[in-house]
Amino acid sequence: MSDSEFTCPQNREEVINTYFMEHRAKLIDVAAYLDRLDRARPVGDETDFRDVAFRNAIAILTDGESQRARRILDLLSDHSTEIPQSAEGMKGALGAPLVAATEGGEA
Amino acid sequence: MRYIDPHIHMVSRTTDDYQRMAQAGCIAVTEPAFWAGFDRSSAQGFYDYYRQLTEYEPKRAAQFGIKHFTWLCINPKEADDPGFAREVIALIPDFLEKETVLGIGEIGLNKNTKNELIILEEQIALAEKYNQMVLVHTPHLEDKQKGTRIIMDAISASSIEPGRVLIDHVEEHTVSEVLDRGFWAGMTLYPDTKVTPQRAADIIEMFGTERLWMNSAGDWGCSDPLAVPKARLEMAKRGHSSETIDQVTFGNPQTFLGQSENFKLE
Ligand SMILES: [Zn+2]
Repeated sequence: MSDSEFTCPQNREEVINTYFMEHRAKLIDVAAYLDRLDRARPVGDETDFRDVAFRNAIAILTDGESQRARRILDLLSDHSTEIPQSAEGMKGALGAPLVAATEGGEA
Repeated sequence: MRYIDPHIHMVSRTTDDYQRMAQAGCIAVTEPAFWAGFDRSSAQGFYDYYRQLTEYEPKRAAQFGIKHFTWLCINPKEADDPGFAREVIALIPDFLEKETVLGIGEIGLNKNTKNELIILEEQIALAEKYNQMVLVHTPHLEDKQKGTRIIMDAISASSIEPGRVLIDHVEEHTVSEVLDRGFWAGMTLYPDTKVTPQRAADIIEMFGTERLWMNSAGDWGCSDPLAVPKARLEMAKRGHSSETIDQVTFGNPQTFLGQSENFKLE
């Protein structure tokens, strides 16, 4: 990165000093959530599309590329192009697109 | 310090909230018309709501030295029945004459349906006809990116200048497209969905301070009417200058909202 791309006023050590504990806690929360899912009895043999999307999103965290937040939000977005007539009978937003389970989360 | 919360639903908040916001430096709020958490049974319900927004809330806010402005519309969640929505839209022109109304909002989409889009387009036409600014609600979660694009296309098809439109609830995957197309962008500070104060500061570091603001969108759900001053603290903690902080929480809202002659802080 060039100097002009270092747009955070803090240097790396300061960012870590400021935010490490907060994100350490969030990281353990994610791990504990996955452990909780392991301990929970499955319902049928369907994988939940939200769970598939969640695990695909985790892979983005460690792929070494930047813009992780944008790419995770992109992964969790509905990329369909059709526009239904009415919202009658539709559920509210659930946080992940239904296609994630059937297409292995590639979106 | 002083700040503006340009998107907050005070009808759902207590008078104590006004007091706390004033203590934290809030000098003005703008309140878009929205969904009340349940569907109203008649257009008359909206008539009463518009009276509350234009007559009652400015007085309640004034007790604490806060200026209260509003935006009127039928929200996308109640716009799925076009016949009903048109009855409500017919009430709006009379209220546009009230002195604290800034424009049409928060219009947009909820589940990205044709019915919602028809009513969105009719309200864009209303803003065009009465030369009003527009405040846009973008859909939640997985529906946001698709909905934001459909909404921007609908506005671009009208004669309304993008500089008179604020697209709200942007996140990392929508902000650059909104700004690139010349619109203003709002970041909503919500505890679980939308953005945190940390991410709002990140977005400013990535996209700069132009045409960006932040708001609490405080309402009847889990939300925080003090989210804007908390984000100011977050930015200060990180070492952002007071000029930058003031720009996104005061200067930018003042510039955008000041395009309406009804927006007066004195
Ligand atoms: Zn709102």
